[in-house]
Amino acid sequence: MEKHVVVIYPHPDDESFGAAGSMAKFRSEGIPVTYLCGTLGQMGRNMGNPTFANRETLPEIRKSELIKACDALDVDLQMLGYRDKTIEFENRTEIAERLKGILEEIGPTLVITHYPDYAVHPDHNALGAAAIEAVRLMEPSERPTVWAQAISNDYELELGSPDIITDVNEFFGKKLEAILSHDSQVAGMFGKFKMLDELDEEERREIVANFGKERFYIWQFDK
Amino acid sequence: MKPIEINHIQGLLDQFVNKDIYIHLETTNGAYASHFDDKAYNVGAYIRNANVIYEQAKIVGDGKSYRVGLKTGLGWIYAEGLSDWTMHEEQLLLAGHDREGRLMVALEISEKPFHN
Repeated sequence: MEKHVVVIYPHPDDESFGAAGSMAKFRSEGIPVTYLCGTLGQMGRNMGNPTFANRETLPEIRKSELIKACDALDVDLQMLGYRDKTIEFENRTEIAERLKGILEEIGPTLVITHYPDYAVHPDHNALGAAAIEAVRLMEPSERPTVWAQAISNDYELELGSPDIITDVNEFFGKKLEAILSHDSQVAGMFGKFKMLDELDEEERREIVANFGKERFYIWQFDK
Repeated sequence: MKPIEINHIQGLLDQFVNKDIYIHLETTNGAYASHFDDKAYNVGAYIRNANVIYEQAKIVGDGKSYRVGLKTGLGWIYAEGLSDWTMHEEQLLLAGHDREGRLMVALEISEKPFHN
């Protein structure tokens, strides 16, 4: 049983689409969960549909959506204050050292982050790499386990089957609540989450199949 | 944001002529473009708080989509596909969105630096 779980992703909503079911599951077992959110998604393209945000109001809107999602999931939130789309240009060692400091303070037994190079968005890849580097910098005996989440189209082909496949259907309601907290982002393809009840059975099944399981690789530090 | 009304925006652009201003200019098709469509390329460019003075500004368009060109002492700043506008804390925000409300292009002008 985990003692404390820390989730490290760069954008408000990564936690909800990526790991909300697992976070809800840990919380249901009484395990503390902390989300270290890298940015405020300042450069997001979704402005609501119909649009209600603009480039300058988006950060505050996404910040309040993030707080709402974390409240729904009952997890602690720390905002790291980086700027959306710039993490890969920051000094990776500095980010890793900073994350290491935070992890040593919290003392998690499990860290969840993105799998570098298989996480599509440059911020995902960069923060995932920094998070893994942070854990690598720790004393081997102190290191928490790291679950890395890959999302590229080719990840299973290249990395094989994920080590952890968590069925989160039991927590799908919580996950949906967290996703819908990010109202400015729930447009386009994710607009379907808003009308899940109205979708035909096949489409609904597909969404639940895609988001009802959360997949992670256990990072091997001695590789 | 509201649909652009060309004469009104021309007036607002003219108010910034020969002033020390800050520009935010970006365009992007998103970090997931080639994830969802392997024939697509991810493209984008973005500059925040470019400090310039423009001596001439013009908005041109067909009633749906507009182009804005700003002539500076040594060059040009230009954006295409603008359709919406708003004033936010005395900053002029111009943007173009796709059908799903996603931002495709933004040109913003302010006398004070934009928040970072």
